[in-house]
Amino acid sequence: MARDPQAALVALNRFGFGARGGSSGDFVNAASDPRGFVKAELSRPNGALLEASGLLPTAALGQAMFDYQAQVRAQRELGAPKAKPDAGMADTQARMMERAGEAVQNAASESVMAGNAVAMAPRVAPAVGTASPPPNPQPLNVIQKTYRAEALARIQRASIVECGFVERLVVFWSNHFCISAGKGEPTRIWAGSFEREAIRPYVLGRFGDMLKAVEQHPAMLFFLDNQQSLGPDSRAGQNRKRGLNENLAREIMELHTLGVGGGYSQEDVTTLARIITGWSFAGREGRLGTPGSFVFNANAHQPGPQRLLGKSYENTGVTQGEAALADIARHPSTAKFIAAKFARHFVADDPPPALVARLEGVFRKTDGDLKALSLALLDADEAWQAPLSKMRTPYEYLIATGRLLARIPDDPGRALSSLNVLGQPLWTPSGPNGFADTNAAWAAPEGMKLRLDIAAQTASRIADSVDPRDLLEVVAADAASTETRRTIERGESRQQALALLLMSPEFQRR
Amino acid sequence: MTMDCCESRTSPAATRRALLLGGASFAAWAYLPKFARAADGRDPRLIVIILRGALDGLATVAPVGDPDYAGLHGSIALAPDGPHAAILLDSFFALHPSMPEFSRMYKEKHAAVVHAVATPYRDRSHFDGQDVLESGFAGPGRVQSGWLNRALEALPRGERVMSGAVSALAVGPTAPLVLRGAAPTVGWAPVTLPNAADDTAMRLVELYKHRDPALAAALSQGLQLDKIAQGDDMKPKPNTNAIGAMRLVARGAAKLMAADDGPRIAALAFDGWDTHANEGGPVGRLAQLLSGLDGALADFESGLGAHWRDTVVVVATEFGRTARINGTAGTDHGTGTVALLAGGAVKGGRVISDWPGLKPANLFEARDLAPTTDLRAVLKGVLHDHLGLSERALAETVFPDSAMVRPVKGLVG
Repeated sequence: MARDPQAALVALNRFGFGARGGSSGDFVNAASDPRGFVKAELSRPNGALLEASGLLPTAALGQAMFDYQAQVRAQRELGAPKAKPDAGMADTQARMMERAGEAVQNAASESVMAGNAVAMAPRVAPAVGTASPPPNPQPLNVIQKTYRAEALARIQRASIVECGFVERLVVFWSNHFCISAGKGEPTRIWAGSFEREAIRPYVLGRFGDMLKAVEQHPAMLFFLDNQQSLGPDSRAGQNRKRGLNENLAREIMELHTLGVGGGYSQEDVTTLARIITGWSFAGREGRLGTPGSFVFNANAHQPGPQRLLGKSYENTGVTQGEAALADIARHPSTAKFIAAKFARHFVADDPPPALVARLEGVFRKTDGDLKALSLALLDADEAWQAPLSKMRTPYEYLIATGRLLARIPDDPGRALSSLNVLGQPLWTPSGPNGFADTNAAWAAPEGMKLRLDIAAQTASRIADSVDPRDLLEVVAADAASTETRRTIERGESRQQALALLLMSPEFQRR
Repeated sequence: MTMDCCESRTSPAATRRALLLGGASFAAWAYLPKFARAADGRDPRLIVIILRGALDGLATVAPVGDPDYAGLHGSIALAPDGPHAAILLDSFFALHPSMPEFSRMYKEKHAAVVHAVATPYRDRSHFDGQDVLESGFAGPGRVQSGWLNRALEALPRGERVMSGAVSALAVGPTAPLVLRGAAPTVGWAPVTLPNAADDTAMRLVELYKHRDPALAAALSQGLQLDKIAQGDDMKPKPNTNAIGAMRLVARGAAKLMAADDGPRIAALAFDGWDTHANEGGPVGRLAQLLSGLDGALADFESGLGAHWRDTVVVVATEFGRTARINGTAGTDHGTGTVALLAGGAVKGGRVISDWPGLKPANLFEARDLAPTTDLRAVLKGVLHDHLGLSERALAETVFPDSAMVRPVKGLVG
């Protein structure tokens, strides 16, 4: 294929996390075979999984959290002023997690830094100055440590991968099926394991499988209150005089599958809520199962058959809900909703209707094969020809900056602070609809100014060791506009030129 | 199983900016109304506060005189006596005890409640419900512009607010939909970051002007506003929670709006009202949020100083919540709720309601407080009496196809 610098920008920025600095050769590779560059990642078996020693499964994290909470309670009852976060079980877990972070980081730095011109510079994480480190840091508890270790592993992975398309898919699906770490301790400690267990295994698998994994994950069950929902006529409901909570059921249909206007009624919401009563997770005492793992609590399950979206489901226990979810995943409205959202994320706020229709068809024909969906997107000419009109999200911006400057963070603090500042706190959207996915959200005045402040901060720490003109070649080579090139060449300092490069349309748009 | 979920929203290093974006935002019209500086004219200010997530109206202003209320709201029902007693507004309605400031304004006849109110939206999606509330259209799917923005277009336009602000203005989600549209707006939020050098910013604006005009507009505006709003009381304070965020935004907004050339018409959005579980009664989660709102109203009053006399604050939400509490001591998405009015220009001291009753047969779809007042009627009344918009503009462009929804007269004066 002929060399195509414009398509290289599409491959690197629309589909990936941006070109890596140093001698990665990303731009050259992407320019010589743009589609191949992106698709290469899709054929790597288990390429989406994130397994690092010390990143623990959800149940183990749940156990650590329960232990920590029990400790805090015990300390409080003893009248002690404050629980020591690092004690006993929780301590062991926390230290394991810290080691996990280091391990990932070491492996990562070697693979990227080797033969890298920038590697000699002291490693600094991209980000904000004043927000970190805090003046007198309190020792972190196991929940905060876990959140940070998970964040670090995710950021490091995104920083080192070649194109980053698969990691972009993870971020897309994770936001589609978002939980919020802000809901409480369970969602904070499980934010990372939720993504590792319910999202990553399926981003190139089946939508229906991801749906089931998500809705049965303790993090989601806690986030949308389903562990509190009791069938009104179940034994637990009768005994405890409590009943339904339709929060999860509604968001499954409105946000996860059919979409609003997707052909369901209030009665369907209530019915689905009844069907998934009993979907819960085991608590500290482990009466129903391993603490912190998904359990079906038959005692809380609403008895009897249920009629949902015109179809009857016998009461078969947990499989009643699984059958319902499987049907919802195959519903035509789901294909339509997912196709439009997928295209909007990667291509344009208002994606070409023909492209959306094709993706919808592929989703339906393949029974929600998400690898087929991704390939259909990459094979579509519209996806390559549409102008680079979308703004990078704050997360994409920060990851792209780290990649360009070949900085693999060994602490997530700066990145997390920057994400907070830019309005996209990691795994913490303000509602179950996730972070916005439009230019209106990310090209807003406040946000633009803050991006510039962050670019200037980063540049002031790092620019002495780089030549912004070389970095422009890494980012865009001959796809850079004359104006951008001139603006960078005429910068009054390396710092200023680097900040301008990081803020240039070539770096911000995708 | 009991779960303690009271951890702060973000990490210890969380900045106030994050909390603001996560919990509260502010945007304003970029122009002064023409009559703002007329020598003998009034100089009205209007603030619209959107509560996202659906406020439980029955928990905010409780119909303690309705025989069915206590049974439906169960363990979280307010009572006019006992510990944490609700504050009686009249013989029938009582205000949540965490709103002493609003209660004081009510007694001073500068605050009013409209009860059993709803937008024309009758389904229960937050996002569609907010779109209807803010767009001013009768149904969802119209998100190009908001009713407040279209109201601005109908006002005679005077000078620009905050001299020197740029001309073309792009607006993001920090401007709530209610204020999005053709009439230029400005947004602002305090930050903790050191600023990039002016020279760098100007070079970037220059580059954007040539290559990316939309970004040029956005960045220019962002630069301008941040300068204006900087002040001593805007220094970062650690450990600010969502409630503090409401008050900080209110304080900053009041400061901007109190200035002689400051915005006269603004909108804020506060998140977090979706109380599905453990909503709490006189104390608890909703109580905390309401105390944040109450504090924000008081901050507007003190921050606006003498201008409070000419101010109306409207507090509205996308829909109400179920009349009966759900199985988890919370409430699910419902229909009828309250709207609150506060400000020196409000003809207050009353609860305005055509009360539908809470008997099973009177509930909307046997679950929600039935709406008897269209929220648009309230908003039209305020825009008509306070800003002088014509009934025709209100019925045709501000709230399209709403001629049959008559403005509620006499809310302001």
